[in-house]
Amino acid sequence: MSQDGPTPLERFINGILPENPVYRQILGMCPTLAVTNSMEGALTMAGAVAFVLICSNVLISLIRGLLKPHLRILVFTLTIATFVTIADRVLAAYMYEMSKQLGPYVPLIIVNCIIICRCEVCASKQGLRAALTDAVGQALGFTLGLASIATVREILGSGTWFGRWLGWRVIPEAAPQHWSPWVVMVLPPGAFITLGLLMGAVNWFAARKAK
Amino acid sequence: MKNSYIGQAWLVVVLSLCFGAALAAVQTTLQPRIEQNKLADTIGQIPKLVPGAAGGELQRVGDQVAYRAMDASGQQVGWVLAAAGQGFADRIELLIGMDAAAARITGLYVLDQKETPGLGNKIVDDAFCAKFQGRATEPVLVVTKHAPQADREIEGITGATISSESVVGIVNAAVAKFREAPKP
Repeated sequence: MSQDGPTPLERFINGILPENPVYRQILGMCPTLAVTNSMEGALTMAGAVAFVLICSNVLISLIRGLLKPHLRILVFTLTIATFVTIADRVLAAYMYEMSKQLGPYVPLIIVNCIIICRCEVCASKQGLRAALTDAVGQALGFTLGLASIATVREILGSGTWFGRWLGWRVIPEAAPQHWSPWVVMVLPPGAFITLGLLMGAVNWFAARKAK
Repeated sequence: MKNSYIGQAWLVVVLSLCFGAALAAVQTTLQPRIEQNKLADTIGQIPKLVPGAAGGELQRVGDQVAYRAMDASGQQVGWVLAAAGQGFADRIELLIGMDAAAARITGLYVLDQKETPGLGNKIVDDAFCAKFQGRATEPVLVVTKHAPQADREIEGITGATISSESVVGIVNAAVAKFREAPKP
């Protein structure tokens, strides 16, 4: 059964760039747009998604022989909801400030299509190793997507990078006559603009490479 | 057996039971810590909200949640009142510091809000919260668009009229209710 489909290594590599969840599959747009105005928020979200994705993929792969075709989505959702709730509670207990900042977007990982997509495409059809490397690859790809958008938005919108955790200031505060932070980058429109431009750039590079 | 409901759905039932047990265990383990985080957030604000206070203890007044603010020797120096109401985007939760007679506001802290970043979320800034310091609780506060000329006037935030008015409205309603309620 595990001989079908791509090998574990292919799964891993595919998740990072060739099938990047954000830029290639256009999945998980809600957190991509909502929590990327700071690196801290983006990385916490990416970490929570990685935890849920890896746990769900492993569990679904282990029980894939028992799945009934018409009940599989129910089992996926049940599994994902459980791990999301665990992630949400752990964040509230150990990263209270971050949990307050992310607000409803942590519970909303339940409806993040990346996870249910990986359960359906990979974990329910392939063995444990393929499911695990697939989850890790997709999680890295998602992290890369969120971090790239958050980097642009936080630097232009607040002038910092990891401002809250590390206090790195990219654009000096001392020169308001030369530069003032672009508030629009912190607001939702900034997310759409950044995502659109970065996705355009990714497609442009891909098209050039294909020539 | 294979076509019965149980034959079809036993996996869902078993998984539900296992997941339910796992979640109950996680909740039981982490709940005290989460509650403690929230309480610590609130108690930690009390010295900033009531001058001279060193700590506080939870005290229900009617159906409102308040904290009795104490100085280092255990004397009551004021109240911190928890209040909430609708803002521009979502619920705003506030902590209102008052003197022991609830006659003057001594501080304001925004515990939770989801107002527009860059505009409405300026209600969390000290620059806005400090405007409430020292204001009398009678007559009720009003929002103005210019620098305050009377004790009851609070200058609103430019571009965030609704957020400003929401905060002032929540403060007025909660304080009025608190003043009327019999204190234990």
